[in-house]
Amino acid sequence: MDRRKLEEAIFKGLMFCSIFLVVGSLLTIIGVVLIKGLPALSIQMLTQIPQGGYYLGKEGGILNAIVGSLYLAGGATALAFVISLPVALYIEEYAGRSKLADFARLSLDVLWSVPSIVFGAFGFAIMTFLGMRASLLGGIVTVALLILPIMVRAMDEVVRMISFELKESSYALGATKFETVVKVVVRQALPGILTAVLLAFGRGIGDAASVLFTAGYTDRIPSSLFDPVATLPLAILFQLGTPFPEVQNRAYASAVVLTVIILTLSIVSRLLTKKLTKYVVR
Amino acid sequence: MNRKLTELIASKLMLIVTVFSVSLVFIIAFALFQRGSRVLMQVSLYDLLFSSAWYPTRGEFGFYPFIMGTLWVTALAMVIAIPICLLSSIYLAEYAPSKVRGIIKPLVDLLAGIPSVVYGLWGVLVLVPFIRNYLAPLVGAKTNGYCILAGGIVLAIMVFPIIISVSEEVFRTVSNELREVSFAVGATKWQTVKHVVMRKAFPGFIAAVILGFSRAFGETMAVLMVVGNVPQVPSSIFDQGYPLPALIANSYGEMMSIPLVDSALMLAALILILVVFLFSVAARIVLLRIERRAM
Amino acid sequence: MLKPHISVQNLNVLYGDHQALKDVTVDIPEKQITAIIGPSGCGKTTLLKSFNRLIDLVEGVKISGTILVGGVNIYSVDVDVTEVRKRMGLLAQKPCPLPMSIYDNVAYGPKIHGIKKREELDQIVQHCLHSAGLWEEVKDRLKAPASRLSLGQQQRLCLARALAVEPQVLLCDEATSALDPVSAQRVEKLLLSLKGDYTVVMVTHVLRQARRLADYIIFLYMGELVEYGPAEKIFKNPKNSRTQAYIKGVFS
Repeated sequence: MDRRKLEEAIFKGLMFCSIFLVVGSLLTIIGVVLIKGLPALSIQMLTQIPQGGYYLGKEGGILNAIVGSLYLAGGATALAFVISLPVALYIEEYAGRSKLADFARLSLDVLWSVPSIVFGAFGFAIMTFLGMRASLLGGIVTVALLILPIMVRAMDEVVRMISFELKESSYALGATKFETVVKVVVRQALPGILTAVLLAFGRGIGDAASVLFTAGYTDRIPSSLFDPVATLPLAILFQLGTPFPEVQNRAYASAVVLTVIILTLSIVSRLLTKKLTKYVVR
Repeated sequence: MNRKLTELIASKLMLIVTVFSVSLVFIIAFALFQRGSRVLMQVSLYDLLFSSAWYPTRGEFGFYPFIMGTLWVTALAMVIAIPICLLSSIYLAEYAPSKVRGIIKPLVDLLAGIPSVVYGLWGVLVLVPFIRNYLAPLVGAKTNGYCILAGGIVLAIMVFPIIISVSEEVFRTVSNELREVSFAVGATKWQTVKHVVMRKAFPGFIAAVILGFSRAFGETMAVLMVVGNVPQVPSSIFDQGYPLPALIANSYGEMMSIPLVDSALMLAALILILVVFLFSVAARIVLLRIERRAM
Repeated sequence: MLKPHISVQNLNVLYGDHQALKDVTVDIPEKQITAIIGPSGCGKTTLLKSFNRLIDLVEGVKISGTILVGGVNIYSVDVDVTEVRKRMGLLAQKPCPLPMSIYDNVAYGPKIHGIKKREELDQIVQHCLHSAGLWEEVKDRLKAPASRLSLGQQQRLCLARALAVEPQVLLCDEATSALDPVSAQRVEKLLLSLKGDYTVVMVTHVLRQARRLADYIIFLYMGELVEYGPAEKIFKNPKNSRTQAYIKGVFS
């Protein structure tokens, strides 16, 4: 009797330690980023692009990276969405339980696990093959490939949960499969689809390895798809690597900006999900 | 009529897009192989995998130290992460009151959203000095802090959210009736968890671990920033290492200037994707076998 | 018998290895209420859903035989399934509103089949909600989400939705079993009122409901047609011993 209780107490203690470690690491990471980064954050940082001598500690800000990241992640998310939604719908509604569906899910699972550096290498290979230079377009396509499996998997999960009775109601009224999918399934899955998109965007904007070779870097804001583009993750990396403490501080500030963008997205997606569930059945 | 035509065109288009997405893995592997095979004409596959000589300017490409670096860091990360994640998810699923759960779960998910450069930043600012000044002297090792241990710890934290969220869900799907049966015989909560819930949820937990492993294996940025990047085969966790993904990332400059480096790195990327592929397939097979036995 | 609207001939339905319907031949009369009764698992729902070819959607299903609706075999190869389903309205067991507003739920069917004009749709929505006895309760909140209605209201909404495509037949699959007694009674009254304009086929496991509503009875047991005929005859004087036993309540 005593031994059982003792064992339970020990493990409960270990459990608390574990949770403490997990939550603690989250708090320390965010805490350190904020502590180091907030002091270095200024209006200047957010609204200016690097001026001459920026990397030696002089004037400027990271607007190039902020806008660049938003352009790149936005474009990549849009591109991935246009492909992901039909794929997720097709796999569940048209391929159903066939071998094609199984194979598709397996293949997309593998793609999900592929490290982002591999996407970067692939993007680089394709770009050199086509004679393209590092550019916004290259970054968009590469990141789109990276986040495609993430989006499809998240959408697939939502679409799978839709009850058969709901679809049956639509078929019973004489709707075709495509009509049912577009008018009923997508409506019902809308909150989940939105979450999938925001999830993928968050992943895409924070990834460095995929844009390292494919998007280039620049102090300016790109004016065309073929211009190189600066991104926040790379901005952090490069600024951290300089020997000047002022510039390193700016790396911390950049980290704050990036983290805030991603965290805000996370919160917004939760709120929007609640709002969009208005029409959803059950 | 018109509707039938719409249905037909729409389903065909969706099929094409699906086929494209499904073949992406193979397209990528193929492209990497195409570019990577050039280096094989100069260096044998055996040398590539097992030689420790990495002198690109001399045309010597040996991946061994990098492969070992990857293995060390990933293994260490899993060793740290598995017990912590198991205990955490058991706590969240079985013991935590729902208010506590409602707070902690979103926090854990938040960890998943933090980009790897930020993890790396934290590693450089906090972890590396900590290892250098406190941890290493404690064990009598000498290091500047940039080592396998730093990489392993950062990686472990990065995979926490994946393993915990999947495991926790798996535990929750174990039906309450099963737990009640155990309680009815007079078992304590912990005994129930240990003998009944965990047994039922085991395949799911393995799946979560594999998922975490895949993520840890290919993680580039965070590890790159803290692991030291010295091409040597590590012999202790306080040694510096140089995982394969980090090598690829760091060698952008060489890729453009030194011949065959780009080919070698493409091959390195191919190795990564092949390992991930094998692991995914093996995981599926293992999962199916365990589930079949559980039935 | 009055003129048959649906004529089933030698219908066999297999789900994989399991034979759900064995060589069923029966007629459903026009503009009457026909109740399909029988113990659980005897194939009632399968028979019902064969009329609007919803069983086509089940994986691994094999169907053989003929079902004539108004003289046309709905299982022949050149028949358009969506047209068949348009002619059959379905009221399912569990009220299943579509994830849209009340208005859009009713307008969904007509819109799909090509009606675009706002005035036309308005008229159809109002008419069908009236027929379903729901108009007074929702006329001020047509744009509200359908999911906010009570279960009883949702089921009447589903009825309105089914009527909106102007079917000839109404198929009801235990349509009141999920409802509270008051709502159930309302739905039953509605079905009775619709009888003159529509052919109603209902599946029910509640014998009293069949007694209240049905003009014709079809009794199925283990996938086989045991007996069918006018309700009065079946209830007073069943010819088959199994029918007799079921009606007496020996097994249900």
